[in-house]
Amino acid sequence: MTAVEDAPISAAGNPIGFGSMKRVEDQRFVRGQGNYVDDVNLPGMLHSAILRSPFAHARIVSIDTSAAEALPGVHAVITGKVLEGIPRPSLLGDNFAWMPTLSYDTQAVLATDKVRFQGQEVAFVIADTRYIARDALELIDVEYEPLEPVMDAKRALDADAPVIRDDKGFTDNRVVDVHGQTAWEAGDKAATDAAFAAAEADPDCVVVTQEIMYPRVHPAPMETCGSVAYLDKVTGQLTLYTTSQAPHAHRTVYAMVAGLPEQKIRIISPDIGGGFGNKVGVYPGYVLSVVGSIVTGRPVKWMEDRSENLMSTSFARDYHMTASIAATKEGKILAVKVHVLADHGAFNGVAQPTNFPAGFFHIFSGSYDYPNAHCVVEPVYTNKAPGGVAYACSFRITEAAYMIERLVDCLAQEIEMDPADLRLKNLIKPEQFPYKSPTGWEYDSGQYEKTMRVAMDIAGYDELRREQAEKRARGEYMGIGISFFTEGVGAGPRKTMDILGLGMADGIELRIHPTGKGVLRISVQSQGQGHETTFAQIVSHELGIPPEDIDVVHGDTDQTPFGLGTYGSRSTPVSGAAASVVARKIRDKARIIAAAALECSPDDLEWELGRWYVKGDKERGKTIQEIALLSHGSLELPEGVEGHLDATVVYNPPNLTYPYGCYIAVVDVDPGTGQVKVRRFIAVDDCGTRINPMIVEGQVHGGLADGIGMALMELIAFDEDGNNLGGSLMDYLLPTAIECPDWELGETVTPSPHHPIGAKGVGESATVGSPAAVVNAVIDAISPFGVRHADMPLTPANVWRAIQGRPVRVDMAIVE
Amino acid sequence: MQLTITINGTPVTRDVEPRMLLVHYVREEAGLRGTHWGCDTSNCGTCTLLVDGTPVKSCTMLAAQADGHEVTTVEGLEQGGELDPVQKGFIECHGLQCGFCTPGMMLTGRHLLDHNPHPSEGEIREAISGQICRCTGYKNIVKAIQWAAENPATSEVSA
Repeated sequence: MTAVEDAPISAAGNPIGFGSMKRVEDQRFVRGQGNYVDDVNLPGMLHSAILRSPFAHARIVSIDTSAAEALPGVHAVITGKVLEGIPRPSLLGDNFAWMPTLSYDTQAVLATDKVRFQGQEVAFVIADTRYIARDALELIDVEYEPLEPVMDAKRALDADAPVIRDDKGFTDNRVVDVHGQTAWEAGDKAATDAAFAAAEADPDCVVVTQEIMYPRVHPAPMETCGSVAYLDKVTGQLTLYTTSQAPHAHRTVYAMVAGLPEQKIRIISPDIGGGFGNKVGVYPGYVLSVVGSIVTGRPVKWMEDRSENLMSTSFARDYHMTASIAATKEGKILAVKVHVLADHGAFNGVAQPTNFPAGFFHIFSGSYDYPNAHCVVEPVYTNKAPGGVAYACSFRITEAAYMIERLVDCLAQEIEMDPADLRLKNLIKPEQFPYKSPTGWEYDSGQYEKTMRVAMDIAGYDELRREQAEKRARGEYMGIGISFFTEGVGAGPRKTMDILGLGMADGIELRIHPTGKGVLRISVQSQGQGHETTFAQIVSHELGIPPEDIDVVHGDTDQTPFGLGTYGSRSTPVSGAAASVVARKIRDKARIIAAAALECSPDDLEWELGRWYVKGDKERGKTIQEIALLSHGSLELPEGVEGHLDATVVYNPPNLTYPYGCYIAVVDVDPGTGQVKVRRFIAVDDCGTRINPMIVEGQVHGGLADGIGMALMELIAFDEDGNNLGGSLMDYLLPTAIECPDWELGETVTPSPHHPIGAKGVGESATVGSPAAVVNAVIDAISPFGVRHADMPLTPANVWRAIQGRPVRVDMAIVE
Repeated sequence: MQLTITINGTPVTRDVEPRMLLVHYVREEAGLRGTHWGCDTSNCGTCTLLVDGTPVKSCTMLAAQADGHEVTTVEGLEQGGELDPVQKGFIECHGLQCGFCTPGMMLTGRHLLDHNPHPSEGEIREAISGQICRCTGYKNIVKAIQWAAENPATSEVSA
């Protein structure tokens, strides 16, 4: 296993293997020749728009669509009642009005009985143009009977709280998972309780408890969600162009939702304008475009606008955490326990492995070595949009990493210990890997202290602390915040991980053509990660074929083998491994063919990059290109060996991979206004082997900006009437080039021992790790005012309130 | 109403509704889909193009307002088969990932360099601060525009 090496350079100037290489994709993107879903225009295509509920909770009394239907240019107006009348030969209910979610719940495609969140889909208009479709929405008359909305997860479990899911016969607002569970636990409760009791009784120990909220945010990719559906009534073929991070999984879901034969469904995910988890779910709009095509017999395009995106498709987080940590006064961590009230919105639409209903939140014990940990996650329904697992969260490790890194800083403040020293004292040591965490996860590899010291060196940590002391003496408030995170990514082993029963292994196919150039067909779906470049590099690394000679095909279920898609940083850990293994399979076959050509035994051959040669006689050999031609030629092959040089693999990962990193933020806070300026941000990531360091660094940069956004400005809040207060980019603030500093990156490389090329995945690391660094820095800056914690987003108003000792619930409309 | 908008040097005449947005005129009527749409509220800048050389958010401008004016889109950046230095810079410096905000970012970068051939990092950040990128964290966009400043087209050097 090679972590970093100098690859030879191809004729086109690319590394034959790993190394920074310009992206193949960029050639079309810089010319404006990308092909996104809204760029797809089929002959005879119609447009559509969705009427959405203005209420968070209301009974639908009546819907009158007659005026809309009479508008010239309108082809159809579809309501929930219409959908109820369309029979569906499916295992999942007998009509189209409801559809399954990825968590075995049901979600209304169009509301029939009640609306359950503001922005919920109520009616669907199909028209000649998007302008006419919007006009028609104004003409639909819906009579609602408003009901009390449940906007606060803490209200949801009150005995007198209105029941949101009466459609399921529920009598309270608890989410029930597929196993009948209403609370999701991990760790040893008895041992953890005993450790806390002992610490409480020990004068040399402390227990620190903190309520920490990770408020509701939204991935908000620049391209919103959309689809173009065409059901050919003659052939029965459904072609769906759609913004999907998981085209194969979506194909199966549509087969179940629509009752269509799966071989007649073709999902095409063309270029995707950012996903970040927003494009994992199957949304009513996608299904409605299919229904629209069934009804009209023509292609139908649906594209959500920005408000629809922020209000209806895939929020993230909304975890209310009460966390406690027990430690000695010298800073040795003994135990951690957490209770989470998880706000799932009106439908449990969480996209995550079935057996992990709280996602991978249970990795919450973090990067530290201590024996006892326990948590309980209680999920509830509220009158908010469904979703929960999105926004580069690594299946909720974002919430976990934020919680533990905030908690460790609270402990540091309590025992008056430098937060760097406290972390260094407790980090898991290199010789402890593979490390079994107190909640049962097996971390694969790491050199935590080394990575942290690299970050501290780049930051000039001791000098920063000196500067901070000097500034405090003059009344200036500078803060330094550290976050050390460990993720578990690359879901996952198919024995334990599936989504809707689909095991999380990935197929892949590699064909080497007679001239030695090849096509790799992958199941995962780039949303900007550069798969067309990096996957060619993996094949190049294994076979010595220049990366420019390998084309990567993705985003079309008719063209690629089955796999679960791109989310949870799984492309490199799962499909990247598959690419390596399928190329090695080709290499092994090439050896047999070379041996036949060289008239020797395969055992007599040795491999050097791009070539098999005879041991002890390096001149006698065959290049992979020569072997490719031989494999398609008339060379007599040994008994049982087929011609050609093609292979397929289904890769089933033996474990997750565990990328990690240490981040340090330096901020300046104006105590008069509460304004935070992130002056520096140092990020040292260890994601194992780096296939293309340029792309790895780009992924990290993007995630760091997410961290600035979530820590300082992004928020989907609600008022008590259920109005979404973050429903446009005027209200939901995203970081610009002004708020983002010039990122300072470093790296260590600790390969994963169980991944064929040692790569761990990095797509979400920075989003997971960076919010805590920013918040820890801000709290560090204002700690002289007696502040130990304040919830994100740390807007000027919220920082000012914290300084004044008057914190408020940031996720609700502020009433002072 | 009938409009004539010169897009990338070519007059495009269409009979459209007065309420049609410029972004839809460019995408649907002229068929130039390199200009993307992102937010409706002038916040994200994905739809930025140049009207008479000035960056404009085309989701908040009526096509009718551009009648008789010159529009430059991403498709107009490449000249004589040669990429604009800003386009080259975005490739060289990994200034894009998903590519969705990229056309607008490049046009703003082009406008900045036309008026300030040697901008500071701060001036570049200020220039693109009306546009949002969710992938790159901006660092490499800044570097891409710096690269273009350091590697101007031959025509710019001789001019």
